[in-house]
Amino acid sequence: SQNSRIIEIQTQMSERAVELLNLPEDKPCYLLDVGCGSGLSGDYLSEEGHYWVGLDISTAMLDVAMDREVEGDLVLGDMGQGVPFRSGTFDGCISISALQWLCNADKKSHIPPKRLYTFFSSLYSSLQRGARAVFQIYPEDSKQLELITSQAMKAGFTGGMVVDYPNSTKAKKLFLCLFAGESGVLPKVCVKKRMNMVQRFFSGKSVKKSKDWIMEKKERRRRQGKDVRADTKYTGRHRKPRF
Amino acid sequence: MKLLTHNMLTSHVKGVINGYPLLIKATEVKVNEVEFNPQFVSRMIPKLEWSALIQAAEGLGHLQDLPGTPIENYENDAEFLRKVHRVLLEVEVIEGSLQCPESGREFPISKGVPNMLLNEDES
Repeated sequence: SQNSRIIEIQTQMSERAVELLNLPEDKPCYLLDVGCGSGLSGDYLSEEGHYWVGLDISTAMLDVAMDREVEGDLVLGDMGQGVPFRSGTFDGCISISALQWLCNADKKSHIPPKRLYTFFSSLYSSLQRGARAVFQIYPEDSKQLELITSQAMKAGFTGGMVVDYPNSTKAKKLFLCLFAGESGVLPKVCVKKRMNMVQRFFSGKSVKKSKDWIMEKKERRRRQGKDVRADTKYTGRHRKPRF
Repeated sequence: MKLLTHNMLTSHVKGVINGYPLLIKATEVKVNEVEFNPQFVSRMIPKLEWSALIQAAEGLGHLQDLPGTPIENYENDAEFLRKVHRVLLEVEVIEGSLQCPESGREFPISKGVPNMLLNEDES
């Protein structure tokens, strides 16, 4: 928490996560912060007028949060064991740089897919219908990302990935946006000029105008017997905005 | 641990069917001053298990004159909302434990933080 640059990045990610939560405007909400740590993201939630519960596995980090006198209520717990709240408790959930820890087996008895499922299914039930859970994550590889999304879907969530600054290795950020009980509605994204966003949805349908969508549409038209241009390396290639 | 959090907390031990509400055994309770937001309190009331709230507040000696059920038209009654605000957000359990009504298993509370970590055989 000492490093001001780290604090800046954490706050920015929290800001983005809350934006993606798409909460009702000007209403104080009750939120869950998973892996709240020293409460940096929680501070942002408080700033926005929301009330929150922070869950973290580290007593040391929670001690720092208490020293910093965060406004949220803190709970010591392991998200892989499930979130201990009754159904419909929260209006939303955010998690900054925490979810990937569930992918590692820290103990011999840990089975990552099972822990991920236990977490997602308990989270799903703790959320109000129509609420969202947004996770900023640093997945090790696509296999880990696949593990996370498959368990989330098994637990009943729909949703997608939002990638900010996809072309910059340094600035690139991934946000997993999950919807509890809402079907396939696009998150209201803020299109700022500096950002280049790519969204993929796992509700079975491809995002409109994406390469997948173009390929599917061409295939559909071929099946209908229509005249379709052959696929080349230029098919679905990203064009500059003037198109 | 505030009573709002307590109202939502449940035992998640494997095999437990009804781990709610957790019984509060407090050895240290604190009352803080927290900014009153009537809109938030009003929005939370339908989500609360009112009887669990009353039971918890009473157990801590902080029931005062909170009624057995929310009054009608509570959204417009600032006095009532203030009473609920006090109990939900200002009363805090600092030391003690939470006991599961079904299994008797206790979750300790230390420095205001409930410890919900489960043992290997409980998850």
